[in-house]
Amino acid sequence: MIKAFSWITKDTNIDFMKSKNITYFMSVLLLGLSIASIVFKGFNFGIDFSGGILMEIKSPQVINVDEMRDTLSKLDIDELNLQSMGEDGTEIVIRAQAKNLDEKAQMNIINQIKDTLGNSYEYRRIDLVGPQVGEELKTNGIIASVIAILAITAYVWFRFEWQFAIGAIIGLIHDVVITAGLLSFFGLDFSLTTIAAILTLAGYSVNDTVVTYDRIRENLRKYKKMNQTDLLNKSINDILSRTFLTGLTTLFAALALLIWGGDTLRSFAFTIFWGVIIGTYSSIYVSTTFLSLFDLRASQNEEVINPFGNA
Amino acid sequence: MYKLSKSRVITILAICLAGIFFAVPNIVPNKDALPSWWQPINLGLDLQGGSNLLLEVKLDDVLKERMSSIEDSARQILRENRIRYKSLTSSENGVKVLIENASSRAKASNLFRKIDEGIVVEEVDGDGLLIKYSDVALNQLKAKVVDQSIEIVRRRIDELGTKEPLIQSQGENRIVVQLPGLQNPEYVKTLLGKTAKMSFHLVDSNARAADAKRGKMGAKYKLAYGEMGEPYVITRKPVVGGENLVDAQPAFQEGQAVVSFRFNSLGGKKFGEVTKNNIGERLAIVLDGEVISAPVIQSAIMGGSGVITGNFTVESANDLALLLRSGALPAPLEVLEERTVGAGLGADSIKAGVIASCIGLIAVVAFMLAAYGLFGVFTTVAVFMNLILMLGVLSLMGTTLTLPGIAGIILTIGMAVDANVLIFERMREEVKNGRSTRDAAAAGFTEAWATIVDSNLTTLVAAFVLFYFGTGPVRGFAVTLAVGIATSMFTSVTVTRLIITAWLNKYKPTRLPI
Repeated sequence: MIKAFSWITKDTNIDFMKSKNITYFMSVLLLGLSIASIVFKGFNFGIDFSGGILMEIKSPQVINVDEMRDTLSKLDIDELNLQSMGEDGTEIVIRAQAKNLDEKAQMNIINQIKDTLGNSYEYRRIDLVGPQVGEELKTNGIIASVIAILAITAYVWFRFEWQFAIGAIIGLIHDVVITAGLLSFFGLDFSLTTIAAILTLAGYSVNDTVVTYDRIRENLRKYKKMNQTDLLNKSINDILSRTFLTGLTTLFAALALLIWGGDTLRSFAFTIFWGVIIGTYSSIYVSTTFLSLFDLRASQNEEVINPFGNA
Repeated sequence: MYKLSKSRVITILAICLAGIFFAVPNIVPNKDALPSWWQPINLGLDLQGGSNLLLEVKLDDVLKERMSSIEDSARQILRENRIRYKSLTSSENGVKVLIENASSRAKASNLFRKIDEGIVVEEVDGDGLLIKYSDVALNQLKAKVVDQSIEIVRRRIDELGTKEPLIQSQGENRIVVQLPGLQNPEYVKTLLGKTAKMSFHLVDSNARAADAKRGKMGAKYKLAYGEMGEPYVITRKPVVGGENLVDAQPAFQEGQAVVSFRFNSLGGKKFGEVTKNNIGERLAIVLDGEVISAPVIQSAIMGGSGVITGNFTVESANDLALLLRSGALPAPLEVLEERTVGAGLGADSIKAGVIASCIGLIAVVAFMLAAYGLFGVFTTVAVFMNLILMLGVLSLMGTTLTLPGIAGIILTIGMAVDANVLIFERMREEVKNGRSTRDAAAAGFTEAWATIVDSNLTTLVAAFVLFYFGTGPVRGFAVTLAVGIATSMFTSVTVTRLIITAWLNKYKPTRLPI
């Protein structure tokens, strides 16, 4: 068997800590831009959160979007938005997200559109989210994200010394904020599945960091005399092949989803894809470089709770 | 030494076989023939097509109605006992009475308590009394209304013959209705949108509508309108109520679609009396506040059955009969959320999901083979075993697979190899540090274990939170992710270990090809 990728599993000796000032600057810059985009541009909330209606329709022929827009504009509907989807132009998404609409008015819009367009179309999806439910989903999404981050924090806190816990959380927040910023900047649809994707990336990001930290802790015990910067570098290098292999396989899975998984999952897959990249970056350049601010050996002597018997 | 005890080997193999066994229904062509405990994964509505409706029971409307009837009783009590009062008003929160005289107020308060069970009377604003239900009684009332609503919704949907509908309550005042395979939820929504409260009222033929509009009519009468807006002056209280109906069917009379109905014995008796005593008068049939028709009573109708004529088409007669048969909703329902996926889109989603899974799987496997060679083959076995186990566990749990759920499976394929990578990388290091082949192999597993647990638990935490807070499809994602993490930990550690042990024992290699 030819191991075409065996170069990945070769030993490396890269000085990651050297470039930490550049990467700090990059991270802070990205964070700043992300927060600015979130604050000033906001998110392109899908109907899950803003309430509204969404219809996906398909026709045997190519749909003329402008023509349909003209037809539908005769109806008295605020904030109607038509968008072609798919490759062959036979599918279209209709959105109406006027904020002042209650459930009855929304239902009315669906019926009006159906009446106007007639039966020659296939109604592939009809979603209606009332303003009340939209608000609830938004609240739930925020609570879920906060609780997930707190729960992960609690776990890391329990398993590691406090410097590690803070490092992992900074990495986690870094990844979540920059991903959210990216979604905001490109105006990608922010829906329930996006929240799922962000929480999954939160899990992945910390997962990657935890693997690095495990190794740092082990090396701290093994190499009592090694200089701390060298030790951090060595730890990252030790597991670099693992970082690449796992990152790449997860990227492959996300990429398959992004390309072949269909329109519904596109923004979900994109978020995961991006999350793997930023998660891998942050476990080295945020969470690990952060540790260089502390004298880790000093706290090594402290009692550590270790429920899994990590030797 | 690097050995696995016999009992462990047997356990591992047994779990794998059980996984295969429970995954089998997913590829059996005729699924209906399988026993209920041996079923494939349920497909969510987003994959098989169907409608998901979230309805709200408008409890306020019921309460308002209740309070207005309490208001009537209170007025009667005050009148009968000659208690002077300043004002009497009702809202959904209660009935408020202002009585200036303190002793009359105390007397009224005692009398009001007897109106209904669970009634409490509170003193408010000095000389006011607030009649309302106690919290316990109110909650009971609400729960009863929701339960009744669910029952009626179920009856109406059963009449449509939808296969396997799911109807359940959610929260305090909501009902979730899931209708698999349904292509046109508009009709269902129309049906559920009507409370279908029917009642019979006598029409005051002497009253003139114009007078009634100005409020000039007897206290026992009220104004109601027909379909075309024509006014009727009808008795405030129904002479017979729709709750006495036992059956309704669409029928034809003189070539015109009508609805025939039948009363229970009590309703039949009442109906007979009313028609006997009012021959020549008009009887208004009122549905949800609208007069459908008001035929002249030609003769006493004693049999307990009759027909409703009106402006019916065959369809509308059918619908009305269905609504009357299944009973009136105790409160109006409102659609808060609707998610409908056509069967075409569902099928496309499955196709896309399967293609993406296969490509993801091939890419991951090819990559692992390229990176690790022989050990990549071991991983491949573990990856496939993981997939089978996942399917088995999800089928056994009776989980519903959604589109994001499929995404969860694909991601798990990618993430699951992490454990193997951790183990193999550790083995490589141990070899490099000069350990013997067997020692290195063993160390790979034992040293990597804590890291594997740590790293998987963080993702598991996210999955649990998503499951708890997510709804529908997102929940499906959380389930597949959590199950995938659990099964992948098993396969990548134990299954791989089994294979490697077998390989070590058979070929006794002098070095690990890693």
